[in-house]
Amino acid sequence: MTLMTATARKLLAAIALSGAAAALTSTVASAGVLPEDRADVLYHRYEGGGVTIHGPSVLVRKKLAEKYSVSANYYMDMVTSASIDVQVSGASEYKEERDQWSVGFDYLRGKTTYTLGYTDSEEDDYHATTASFGLSQDLFGDLTTVSMGFSRGNDTVRRTISNPLNPGARIIDPTFEMDLDRWSYRIGVSQILTKTLIMTLGLETITDEGYLNNPYRAFRYVDPEDATNFRLATEKYPRTRTSNAVALNARYFLPYRAAVFGGYRFFTDSWGIRANTAEVGYVHPFKNTPWTLEASYRFYQQDHADFYSDLFPRIDFQNFMGRDKELSTMDSQTMHIGATYEFGNAGLSFIKRGTFNVFYDRIQFNYDDFRDARDPGLIAGQEPLYEFGANVYQVFVSIWF
Amino acid sequence: MRARAAAIVLAAMTLAGCGDLQPWVKPYERQALADPIMSFDANPVSTAYMDHVFEAREGARGALGSAGGGCGCN
Amino acid sequence: MHSSRLIAWLRGGALAATLAVSSLVGASSSVAPGFSLSSRTGDKVSLEQLKGQVVMLNFWASWCGPCRAEMPLLEQMYKRYSPLGFTLIGVNVDAETKDAEKWLAATPVTFPVLFDTKSDVSKLYDVDAMPSSVFIDRKGNVRYLHRGYKAGDESEYLNQIRALLKE
Repeated sequence: MTLMTATARKLLAAIALSGAAAALTSTVASAGVLPEDRADVLYHRYEGGGVTIHGPSVLVRKKLAEKYSVSANYYMDMVTSASIDVQVSGASEYKEERDQWSVGFDYLRGKTTYTLGYTDSEEDDYHATTASFGLSQDLFGDLTTVSMGFSRGNDTVRRTISNPLNPGARIIDPTFEMDLDRWSYRIGVSQILTKTLIMTLGLETITDEGYLNNPYRAFRYVDPEDATNFRLATEKYPRTRTSNAVALNARYFLPYRAAVFGGYRFFTDSWGIRANTAEVGYVHPFKNTPWTLEASYRFYQQDHADFYSDLFPRIDFQNFMGRDKELSTMDSQTMHIGATYEFGNAGLSFIKRGTFNVFYDRIQFNYDDFRDARDPGLIAGQEPLYEFGANVYQVFVSIWF
Repeated sequence: MRARAAAIVLAAMTLAGCGDLQPWVKPYERQALADPIMSFDANPVSTAYMDHVFEAREGARGALGSAGGGCGCN
Repeated sequence: MHSSRLIAWLRGGALAATLAVSSLVGASSSVAPGFSLSSRTGDKVSLEQLKGQVVMLNFWASWCGPCRAEMPLLEQMYKRYSPLGFTLIGVNVDAETKDAEKWLAATPVTFPVLFDTKSDVSKLYDVDAMPSSVFIDRKGNVRYLHRGYKAGDESEYLNQIRALLKE
């Protein structure tokens, strides 16, 4: 098989950061009280589909003058990837590092909390920045909390190529620099229904504009000279994407002191993707012991994007063509378990309480229209459908002071 | 004339009824809701990480995170 | 042209609004409602017994952050002013007294703590914020009400206690 691009090593999609940034800065404590002071140190590790990503995440949050709360987070991904996309392109395993910094600022005034946040993420060939603003208001005897937020992001996409003076080494391609802009609007309502039941409803609309594909990733098309074979060409994406998501979540307190929770999210976008996410879980503290166990199950299913296909009949079949398995018809199922040990103040006077946590997730990805094209002996378009399992580990310590 | 009077009385009763709608969970009854296990996001670093794991590998995004609940103090 | 009709509708609207507003404003009384609750030693303490003193009722719970933050300051106030005729009563609203006792073991206070586990007194005083502080004068009338606690509120408490002690 031949390749359109000379070397295409990095096929792990540059990751959209609005999700991670928004999660850390848009999670606001109940207005009326600022979030607690805390410090968390996490080690995360993902292994699956030929990819290993691990690294730390550190968070510190502190109140100032009883009116403000500031937070800072440092997150790092150390990537070693020989994913199916890397292998199909004939490239070799690559290593990469991504560093991300986030800062947040909360201001409490009466029953209203205003939040500002900023995130900066950098890797060799991708730089993303996001600024966000949010506000959260308690109403109706603090039974209802209304929140809204806005984020604006800007990414710069580059690519690495083989160094012409030193093949085998890689340098940033000086001729390639693309931009991507992102806007995100979200509103949410949280409602206490009974002394033991709370529900939330959230809506979020995200628009991306600019260079939305991955400069290393290719789509497949039937080799015009051999119908059992395929060739690769750099993917062609639309320059805009608008998505809408609505999610409903609930949490219920069981009388013997445990919690059960569930949620559902519906997603559609202008690329034709429709997705459903559902999750249920249970948290069980063991009475008179420092132990808590939790378990949850998450199911995700999506329909493919309009311009997605595992194998196009021709190189010029349509205007937009992509083969990112993230846009295929797929589903994922996740089993999560976690154990928490509460160690009180460990004899240190400045700590109020602390926890040591170990979480494990097993995610199974199944693709309905993305095929495992690694074996060149198989007929293109008739290879087995791809699937893989991933193990995700988190070990973290949290202290409240 | 009678219809107008009836409409006014109905409007007054509805508005008076709205005024009577009091928060049905009092601030001193929020023990369960204030419990850390009832927090939607007890471990922000972990939640942010898992949200990122899924968003990087799935097509859907957004509508994560929430505010509200807790002790409702102050 | 139809101004008489318009005026009639406006009158009707004003009447409806007045009826709505009057249902929002409840009847108010300045006499502090009497009650009797168990203390930490098991004895019953009633508000009647404290007539003649300046009383501050502080509604608190072990699960309420601002309540916990306030407690050491209340303890200081109690120590300073109780020789002068001031009493601070901590009305604890935890559903289980053992939760309150567990917290008090770590952060002890000397002022009396009464247990309102069934929320009867909270309902009686129409508590609508946590914490809530009610200041009652020597004659048994409610004079001031504080909702919530933010750092710095204690200076207002001190001013009001001093004013009530002078009466």
